[in-house]
Amino acid sequence: MLSIKNIHANVEGKEILKGINLEIKPGEVHAIMGPNGSGKSTLASVLAGREEYEVTQGEVLFSGKDLLELSIEDRAREGLFLAFQYPVEIPGVSTTNFIKAAVNEKRKYQGLEPLDAVSFLKMMKEKMAMVEIGQSLLSRSINEGFSGGEKKRNEIFQMAMLEPKLAILDETDSGLDIDALRIVANGINKLRTPDRSILLITHYQRLLDYIQPDYVHVLYKGRIVKSGTKELALELEEKGYDFITESIDQSANV
Amino acid sequence: MTNVNYFKDQFSTLQASDPNDLLSEIRKENFDTFSRSGLPTLRQEEWKYTNISSLFDKDYEFAADQEISPSLLSSLKEMRIKGHQDANELVFLNGRYIPSLSAVRSPESQLVVLPLEEAIKSKYKTLVALHLGQSSSYIKDGIHALNTSFIQGGLFLYVPKGQQSQYPVYIYHLSDAGQQHNLSQPRSLVYVESQAKFQLAETYKTLGTCESFTNEVMEIVVEADAFVEYYKIQNDGPNAHQTNTTHIRQMEKSHVHTVVLSLNGGMVRNNLNLVMDARGNETHLYGLSLLRGKTHVDNHTMIDNKMPDCYSNQLYKSVADDASTSIFSGRIIVQPDAQKTNAYQSSKNILLSEQASINAKPQLEIFADDVKCSHGCTVGQLDEEALYYLRARGIPKENAEVLLLHAFAADIIDQIKLEPLQKHTEKLINEHLSFS
Repeated sequence: MLSIKNIHANVEGKEILKGINLEIKPGEVHAIMGPNGSGKSTLASVLAGREEYEVTQGEVLFSGKDLLELSIEDRAREGLFLAFQYPVEIPGVSTTNFIKAAVNEKRKYQGLEPLDAVSFLKMMKEKMAMVEIGQSLLSRSINEGFSGGEKKRNEIFQMAMLEPKLAILDETDSGLDIDALRIVANGINKLRTPDRSILLITHYQRLLDYIQPDYVHVLYKGRIVKSGTKELALELEEKGYDFITESIDQSANV
Repeated sequence: MTNVNYFKDQFSTLQASDPNDLLSEIRKENFDTFSRSGLPTLRQEEWKYTNISSLFDKDYEFAADQEISPSLLSSLKEMRIKGHQDANELVFLNGRYIPSLSAVRSPESQLVVLPLEEAIKSKYKTLVALHLGQSSSYIKDGIHALNTSFIQGGLFLYVPKGQQSQYPVYIYHLSDAGQQHNLSQPRSLVYVESQAKFQLAETYKTLGTCESFTNEVMEIVVEADAFVEYYKIQNDGPNAHQTNTTHIRQMEKSHVHTVVLSLNGGMVRNNLNLVMDARGNETHLYGLSLLRGKTHVDNHTMIDNKMPDCYSNQLYKSVADDASTSIFSGRIIVQPDAQKTNAYQSSKNILLSEQASINAKPQLEIFADDVKCSHGCTVGQLDEEALYYLRARGIPKENAEVLLLHAFAADIIDQIKLEPLQKHTEKLINEHLSFS
């Protein structure tokens, strides 16, 4: 599904990612954890194609295609979805029209006819129920005046509508209270399928109480320094990141 | 250079054909002004950004009376605004009101439509004498005087007291620049009696490939407690230039709502004057320019608060792409007697290309002490974060830009309260934006 090989990336001339390797197979859920500033969100942005991020080395294959060669929109239409850490408010663009445009762009890319109004509405209703989002939010401008929880729910709703092969969830848990976290996590769990891969990027272990990952990786100073199963997340929760980072820093100083 | 001799000859001929009436007096005075001051140049502060005299290196001429050809008729058909069957459709050809091409659908008890030449001989002659040419005391430049020097074939509209006429008026300006560089000078006077409600929209179309210059003046008097909506839709060819002045005088507790929409065109200058001649008026002015190519649109607003308790709000937005130019100049005057004036102004602009330019100039002249006035101006680009977000959902860059431009335009389009006109402009904007 996704194969990241030795990715190095700069932001404003500063190297943030220093050689990342990661393999994600269809249906797998991977969690990337790490302290602030370790490069987690940079990795998400590099995969989505954000233009300020310059990849200086390495390769990413997505379903066999060279991901880095694709435009932002083509990556999305190939089935990559990024749930934003900070979803953007866009006044004047209705959420429903936007999602319809996105769905139909993807269909066009796949050589399918655009959905007619009735089928689109039917699909909307189904997915709205799945992720517990109300009609009132969707008739408003994109994210305009939404609470933090509503914005994140809207991201998951878009994921449900776009049915990606790979979803990257960038700190989807941040800024959510327990109830909102539960709703969002339930939505994500309902979207797990044997083919769909998920990359969870998070600072805290608590999201992983709701969404059980197959693998957990610790990102530190632009590298994956430790990988394991979900037990690694529990160990991190108990001991903090220090127990890993200190040993890394020490060995670097030797 | 302006062909002064041509205008002199034309002026003498016109005066000789139509001597000693009210119109010829007004014309005479203004032709003196025109002869003295000539066309405005960049040296005049009010014309700093719009070099209108540069257009007159071409020899513009007035069109001769012409037969109504089938091609004229089909162009007229094209420019009709949807929902026209429930509107009064008035046609100007080459700057002259043509009753035979027009359709007045409101009964006379709701709306009086007369050629200006007839109005000065009718029971409305005192009204016309009182109000025609008032704009000359506010705009003393040569281009305005040129219109007034040649008042001919003008239009008079009268809305009787308390009439809430259900039919709007659409004015179609058709100019034929097929044979010559064409100068059209439409002139109209609109009088809305107290407690009446009136909706008016103007739009323009040029035929042919020679240069076309429309130099229009419209004066509107809004009596006490009356409500006027005024819409101007400009979407003409790159050879179609315009200077137009809409001069509105508001009496007590009247309400004026205007929207000026500019899409395609050559060099366009819009003067919008509001004179608060009594207390308690409310005024909302909106503008939207979506420009590309070499289109140049200069919006000048002027609100003269002479009396207390008036409220005005202005929102002008523009997008300049390619080598286009957008100008907003908003002047607010608060006279010593105009206490408790509330006047707000905002200009928001998006610059899409290195060759495009945007100029915004607020001008507040306040001579009263108990007033609230504010102005604000922004010039920026499309929101990069929003573009990234839309593209990350699979929407191609160009479409994402169009979506954001629509969003930028939306709150001005919402201000077009006349529903068929709003739909018409939405369609125009969709076509306009999908080119890019």
